[in-house]
Amino acid sequence: MASITMKDLVKAYGDTEVLHHIEGDINDGEFIVIVGPSGCGKSTLLRMVAGLETVTSGEISIGDKVVNKLEPADRDIAMVFQNYALYPHMSVRENMAYGLKIRKIAKAEIDRRVREAADILEIGQYLDRKPRQLSGGQRQRVAMGRAIVRNPQVFLFDEPLSNLDAKLRVQMRLEIRKLQQRLGVTSIYVTHDQVEAMTLGDRLMVLNGGYVEQFGTPIELYDRPATLFVAGFIGSPSMNFLPAEAKDGTLTLGNGATVSGGGHSTGAVTLGIRPEHLMHDENGPIGISVQMFEQLGANTLLHGVLEGTDTEIVASMPGHVSTGEGSVMRFSAEASVLHVFDAASGKRIEE
Amino acid sequence: MIENRPILNMISHAVLILGVVIVALPIWITFVAATHDPVRMTQAPIPMLPGGYFWENFTQTLFGGGLSGTESAPVWRMLLNSMMMALMISFGKIAISLLSAFAIVYFKFPFRMGFFWLIFITLMLPVEVRILPTFQVIADLGMLNSYWGLSIPLIASATATFMFRQVFLTIPDEMLESARIDGAGPLRFFWDILIPLSRTNIAALFVILFIYGWNQYLWPLLITTETDMTTIVMSIKQMLEAAEQSPQWNIIMMTALLAMIPPVFVVVAMQRLFVQGLTETDK
Repeated sequence: MASITMKDLVKAYGDTEVLHHIEGDINDGEFIVIVGPSGCGKSTLLRMVAGLETVTSGEISIGDKVVNKLEPADRDIAMVFQNYALYPHMSVRENMAYGLKIRKIAKAEIDRRVREAADILEIGQYLDRKPRQLSGGQRQRVAMGRAIVRNPQVFLFDEPLSNLDAKLRVQMRLEIRKLQQRLGVTSIYVTHDQVEAMTLGDRLMVLNGGYVEQFGTPIELYDRPATLFVAGFIGSPSMNFLPAEAKDGTLTLGNGATVSGGGHSTGAVTLGIRPEHLMHDENGPIGISVQMFEQLGANTLLHGVLEGTDTEIVASMPGHVSTGEGSVMRFSAEASVLHVFDAASGKRIEE
Repeated sequence: MIENRPILNMISHAVLILGVVIVALPIWITFVAATHDPVRMTQAPIPMLPGGYFWENFTQTLFGGGLSGTESAPVWRMLLNSMMMALMISFGKIAISLLSAFAIVYFKFPFRMGFFWLIFITLMLPVEVRILPTFQVIADLGMLNSYWGLSIPLIASATATFMFRQVFLTIPDEMLESARIDGAGPLRFFWDILIPLSRTNIAALFVILFIYGWNQYLWPLLITTETDMTTIVMSIKQMLEAAEQSPQWNIIMMTALLAMIPPVFVVVAMQRLFVQGLTETDK
């Protein structure tokens, strides 16, 4: 078991810097999810920890050891790849035992560990099959089994669920979480799926364009997003952003309506309100010209624009609502759930 | 295409049978000629049905002096020479091109693409083009009349290197990364992962290269002067011109028949792997 420290980490290909001065401390046994849109550098960061990409500058330590120059095999890590990367010509058993065999571990010990991992993952009856005879979910388990038998200090997951269908993904997500809690191994998990990130991670590192936008617990990110990017990325459906003017504790929206809040700012700001925080209220300040309803069963998503402007806005209402298209519905939101961001920098303005 | 039309079936069968006859007729004549006595083979018309001399011709060809009145080696010796040459060429080519493709695909070194193109350019230099300098080199190395001399100049292979390069490029990078995390060094990765994954391609290439080696004519003719080192393909031609007598067709045809057997055996034995190697894409 080990902690991981990233200090001033930079990755550049030639003159193009793709990761900019990443800082992060990961505690022993923690489950960290790195999340961000495609091309944000999250996989590169993970591969640097794994040792598959070189470090341009900065420092990565696993435990107390700086591992910048170590081969992947010497870092005491195990990695699960997106396409599983199982050796197609070896049986499941051989796949799992290969790393141990290279480390010259005694045969009886290898057998014991493979058996044990197979029991944990319930793949005992497939041990003598070839990977191509297995379904996607089973291959996924074998890939995890290969990681477990090594008994590493760190697990690295590179979008391991993206090749599975939606139902299996939810199921495997839970299993990965349970497994990690049971084994207590420090883990880094890369995904672009914010639901996966929210449900799996002890803490989330949100990356955008090679910068860390925010690094915190899922609830912190949801309740107090540090930037517009995080606010828009975390939560589904994503947050509404309304341009506003702040003055003396009052926010004036584009159509002249006023909402109280934003006491610590003056000038152009962006007001963020999550769809689930908009409450239907006949006397509310926010009027929405309704364009369409989306029925989700448990609740209804109302799509429209802020009355008198063309700022798109989404509200989530409990139960079934289906009448009122074309009309204006009024909403209010409590001051405590309003998020105010600086319009120019996109940074959060604390209340 | 699955169509249920009797006329079409009959026509396609007729075409197929015609094709088989055209391909098989020369082989049938070879076989028939190998079963008659020498006198019968000089009379017109040539026989179309087997005669009764198969075993006599067989033993005389394989163990006797071959053609009577000449000093050629017995055919079993030529078969052995050809076999050694073909095997050395095919194993040598496979080993060298596997290693060079491995280097080109998986290692970053200066002038990597330069080396690749150098190898590739040798495609334009078959044995016939470089035959004089190659002969000089082999003669200076004292390799005339030896198995080394027969096979080494033919071992370097751009085609096979190129093919293995393409095979290696289809193997996903994650396989290498996963092996690195498992602690496999480059040679270990080569042996444990790359070779098993290119197994079918190796088999397909072996078939092609074995036949290529077996059918070598010009080069063995050039560097073997002792009758003990002649290969079977070149000796068939020599038999035709041997002595100042009319060709002994029964013996020549028996030799041709014997020369056909090893390549046919290799193709039949490796047919399944051969087809897989050329068509399989699943990695």
